[in-house]
Order: sequence, then C-alpha cells, then structure tokens
Amino acid sequence: MKHTISVLLQNKPGVLSRVTGLFSGRGFNIESLSVAPTLEADVSCLTLVTVGDNNIVEQITKQLHKLIDVIKVTDISEFEFVEREMALIRVKAEPSTRAEILRICDIFRGKVVDVSAKSYALEVTGTCDKVQAMIDILRPIGIQEIVRTGTIAMTRASKKY
Amino acid sequence: MKITGAQALLKCLEEQKVDTIFGFPGGAVIDLYDEILRSDKLTHVLVRHEQAAVHAADAYARVTGDVGVALVTSGPGATNTVTGIASAYMDSIPIVVFTGQVPTGLIGNDAFQEVDIVGITRPCTKHNYLVKNINDLVPTIREAFYIARSGRPGPVLVDLPKDVMATRFIFPEPQQVKMRTYRPTYEPHPGQIEKACRAILKARKPVIYAGGGVILSNAHEDLTQLARTADIPVTMTLMGLGGFPGTDPLSMGMLGMHGTYYANMAVANCDLLIAVGARFDDRVTGRVDAFAPHAKIIHIDIDPTSISKNVKVHIPIVADCKHALTAMNTWFTRSEEFNAGAEKENHAAWLREINDWRVAHPLGYVDTPDVIKPQFVVQKLHELTHGDAIITTEVGQNQMWAAQFYHFNHPRAFMTSGGLGVMGYGFPAAIGAQMAAPGRTVIDIAGDGSIQMNIQEMATAMQYKLPVKIAILNNGFLGMVRQWQELFYDKQYSATPLDVAPDFVALARAYGAVGLRATKPSEVEPVIKEALATKNLVVMDFVIAREEGVYPMVPAGKATTEMLLV
Repeated sequence: MKHTISVLLQNKPGVLSRVTGLFSGRGFNIESLSVAPTLEADVSCLTLVTVGDNNIVEQITKQLHKLIDVIKVTDISEFEFVEREMALIRVKAEPSTRAEILRICDIFRGKVVDVSAKSYALEVTGTCDKVQAMIDILRPIGIQEIVRTGTIAMTRASKKY
Repeated sequence: MKITGAQALLKCLEEQKVDTIFGFPGGAVIDLYDEILRSDKLTHVLVRHEQAAVHAADAYARVTGDVGVALVTSGPGATNTVTGIASAYMDSIPIVVFTGQVPTGLIGNDAFQEVDIVGITRPCTKHNYLVKNINDLVPTIREAFYIARSGRPGPVLVDLPKDVMATRFIFPEPQQVKMRTYRPTYEPHPGQIEKACRAILKARKPVIYAGGGVILSNAHEDLTQLARTADIPVTMTLMGLGGFPGTDPLSMGMLGMHGTYYANMAVANCDLLIAVGARFDDRVTGRVDAFAPHAKIIHIDIDPTSISKNVKVHIPIVADCKHALTAMNTWFTRSEEFNAGAEKENHAAWLREINDWRVAHPLGYVDTPDVIKPQFVVQKLHELTHGDAIITTEVGQNQMWAAQFYHFNHPRAFMTSGGLGVMGYGFPAAIGAQMAAPGRTVIDIAGDGSIQMNIQEMATAMQYKLPVKIAILNNGFLGMVRQWQELFYDKQYSATPLDVAPDFVALARAYGAVGLRATKPSEVEPVIKEALATKNLVVMDFVIAREEGVYPMVPAGKATTEMLLV
C-alpha cells in the first residue's frame, strides 16, 4: 500500500542523505520525495511517498525516528489528509491542436506558463492521480518534456486548529 | 585564556573521564599528537593498524562499561577504522572515533589523504559529525559521548579538520547535553510490565532469551533474580553470554545456529518467550516461521526498531533492560498472585523435559587420544583459569567453540564480534581488554586464519607490556567455511586450506614474545599452565584435529529444530 510520510528534521548538512541512505541501505522504496524549510529556519519538512505492507511501513517510521536529526515522523496516510503535486508539462502545439490543449488545461484547472511557436508549457497541481490523468490525456498530442515535484501533504484540520 | 582546538579536545576527554585512547598518528592529527605528548592524564596506545585501534576501544568499552576512544588520521587512517566501527555498530558498543580531516578550505578538493569519512560511515555509526567551526567543537564532542553511551549504545565518529584543531578560542563552560531530537526511553510502561508478569504467571513452558542488551545495561543480576524467582530456564545469544551464569542449573547455554540442542528445543516448544535485549538475529532464529511457533513473545528492548522487526511480538516493552527487569522483579515481590513455590511446581515438568533433552544430546565432542580436539583446549582453558579469564575471540569455529565450552559466569568477560563477524577482532580486543583490566588474565581464542588478520598487533602488546595470551586453534584451514564446504558443497575445499602459514612459535619469538606449541592432548595442559604463569605476551599454537566441525549446527535457512548433531 502507498503511504505518505511526513518527517520533520533538523536542517543540518547531510541530513537528507541520512534519510535516503536509510532507504537504500534497508531496501525500502521511495516513490517521491520533497523537502523544504518550515516556519522554523532550522527545521525542514520532508514528505515522502513509499510503498510497502504495514510491517515495512512500521519499520520505516521507526527507523526514521531513530535518526538522531529527525524530530518527528508522521504516517500521514493514517489520517484524513490533503496532498498536492505539481507538474510542468511541455506539449507540442500545432494550429490544429492548440485549442484542444487549452481546453484540457482548463478542465484540469491548469495554467499556461510558457508559449512558443511550436509548444505550450502547462502547469498543473493536484493529487498524484490528477496530475497523472492530465499527462495521460496530453500524451497522444505529443508531450516533449515533463518535470514533476514530489508529493507534499498535510493532515486535515483537527480540533487543534 | 584562549586555547587551541587540539587542547580543547584533550580537555573534553578529561571531562568525559577518558584516560586511555587507542590510535595511530598522521599529518592531519599532528597537532593533537603534539598535545598528547604533553598530557600526563592521557595514556595513548599506539596500535600498528587503525582497525586495531577501534577493536581495542570496543573491547575497552565492553570491559569498563564506559565509552572507548580511538584517534586516527584522515584518509586511509579513517577508512581503516570502518570495519571496527561497523562491528561496534552491529554489537551496540559505545565508542567515539576521532578522525583527522584535511583543512576546511581543502575539503571537497580531492586533497592528499582526504576522504569523506562522514559519508562513508553514515550507515554504520549511530551518528557522526564533521566539525567545521571551532565553536561547534566542544558541544559536538559532548554530544558524541552522550549519544554513544545513552539509549542503545553505538559508535559515534567525529571528523576534525586540521585547521580547526589549530584555531584558538575560549573553552566553553561545562554544560549538560540537551538534545531536541534524541530522547531514548529508559522507563518501561507499567501496563506492559504488568501484562508481561501476568503472562509469566500463566506460562507453563517459559524461556528467557537474553541478548547483549542485558550486559550493556548491567542487568545481569536483575535477570538472574527474575529467572531464579520465577524458575525460568535461560538461553543466551552469543552477545548475551555472561548475562546469566553459564554454570547455573537454569542455564541452557547459547541458542541458534551453533546453540545447544536443549536450548533450541526449549525455544521451539516453549509457550512463552521472554526476549531481553536481543534482536532475533537470523543466526538465532533460523527459519523465522519455525522460531518459537507456539509461544507468546515478550520483547524488552531499548530500541523500538528491534521490536517486531523479524518476529511478531505480543508484549513489546520499550525500555532499558535493567529498568524493565527491575520493574518486573518488583511486581513479583509485591504481587499476591505470585507464589514462588507454586511457580516452581508449575515449571517442574517443563524443566524435566528440558533436562531430558540435555541428557539425550549434551554439548559434546568425540575425544581422541592422539589428536588435540579444539573443544578440549577451550575446556582446559576454562578449567585452568577457573572460568575467570576475559576471553576474546576471532570469528569462525574458534569463536563458536569458545562460546560453547567456556561457561561464562560473569558479564563483560566475553568479547566477540557478534553481528559483523570480523576475523581479526580478537587480538586487538584482547589488547583493549588488557588495558582496561591490567590484573586479569586475557585470552584471545583464535584460529590460524583469523589471527593473521591483525597479527601485527604483537608489537603493540609488546610495547605496552600486555601479557595477553593467544590460543591458536590451528587446523590449517579457514575452518568454518571448510565445514560448510564439507556439509553443503561436496567437500570442495575451495580456497580454505591454509597451505602456507608462519611458524607461530618462531613468529612470537621474533616479536620478543613467548611461543609455545602443543601437538598432543597431553601437552595441552602444560602449555596452558606455562602460558598463564608467563608475564609476557604468549602465543600458544595448538595443532588440532584438522577437520573437526562445530556441532550442533542448524543449516542456514532451516528450522532450529533441524540440527545436525555430533
């Protein structure tokens, strides 16, 4: 099963490699990973998506927690949560397909972020599935380049907020 | 007053009550060595290879119960420590390794003797640091020692660039280490303790399975109390030997691949398995689904990742072994439900069953009048040292025979590279142990293969007048691999015969040590007696039965009940 794990860690040199090294060393799998600072300058939030049965995910969370620089590990998938991913997609745009591309972009609430004589670059955000759906639909038209971020996620507001 | 980084490091060592370090100098740590020369509080043991420094520090830590320290230079000095660090990591031994590093300005430049040792050792240290700023030096060292010795202990590496060691600064006041992210759990959850104790009351066929955690947390007395009050038989892992008296009637010796028949049978048939500071290693469990298949499992461990990693646990207790066992003992003392007499009666049939197994297949070997059996040598060592020696081992058959036939009654008396299985561990470890316990007899039980992996340390032992005894069980083979080849590879002895070997007696003499040889069983006792009476490094070369095997043996991947017996 797919799990989205959120890890708060101290923003120190080498911390990311401690996390990724743990995954490669123990044969765990990383589907996507994204990391950026939080409100506290010396704390980063890392969101990673992994696949594994409950035992494996339990080991992953425990092992992550064992790293000295890790502050907090949450398996977000255990809660109600929102997740987002962003993609930049460059599509071949010919006079015959331009309107179609814009319509697809609209349906997925995407944006055109770059235009040339022969292509459009589109920006889309959403769940991993939504981004994948848009890519699948654009593919026959001719995708030239794709860049995707990893998933980021947040639990839904509880009483705390 | 301002002092240099090098001087500060020495002050930190003093603060941590370190009086002995093992090391080897080099360009990047020359400032440190300059200070060491001037220090009258610190004994530096010059090894002959950096790997030995780490093994020696490891054994020093095991004997003293404190943190062992090694110091080496950058580049090759640092990479040579990796095996020692990985071994200490697998065995959870508290050590701090200081490595020199090229000046900060050259880091990343492929400078002479530069290596990214922090990167290299990331997966085999509990934590590691590169100190780039002099102001981080002292807090880092304090943190390093704190991390090494607390929680589940382990090795910590601190990489020290040369310019940082030469920088002058004001030494900060002593401060308690407080870490935001690292807070090991020592105290057990009272509810879990109660659950565990009630499970013990209910059990008819309980077994205690004790590991190295018992020794690391100094919980041997508490474990002994628990076993004796509730009348529970005890088996130990390789790392747990000495955690419960080996000659106690409740001791079943070691379990697992080369464990005793009765220990493995007891685990396979028990209805309650109480794992204390052990990690269900594959050498212990054999085929996992056949390991303690009928048992409810209690697991006490300070490291949550060890719990339910290999085998599903029913009553997990995350705590320091000593704290948890104390809490259990207290519960039994206070509980009105507990009655020692009734408990004895409850377990009587079970202990009889175990005893029947013991009688049917005791730990043994076939004695021969003309050829020395290795087990006989270990038995004689036990007898002539009254079981009081500190034993270190290399890895392979020598290690298993030592574990099987030297019945350890005390903790911190058996040093072996359990997890990583490092050939070449035993002799440097004996040096570290002898430094830690100058008055005790320290014996390295070795094979003719593994002793050669760190034999250069004879010079170290001679330099510091360490009367270590090396007992080489010399069969002219890399014996354990040969045994596997005999059993599972049609006796195709590929690369295991050691056709060319030094004359160990002459080699000992070349170093100024004493060399003794026994080729017949009748010579074993006189040789050991002479060695024990000699106040010098002694190499005993026991020429043993060439193709003797270690039994019982559970073939890899088989259930522990599928043992090959003598």
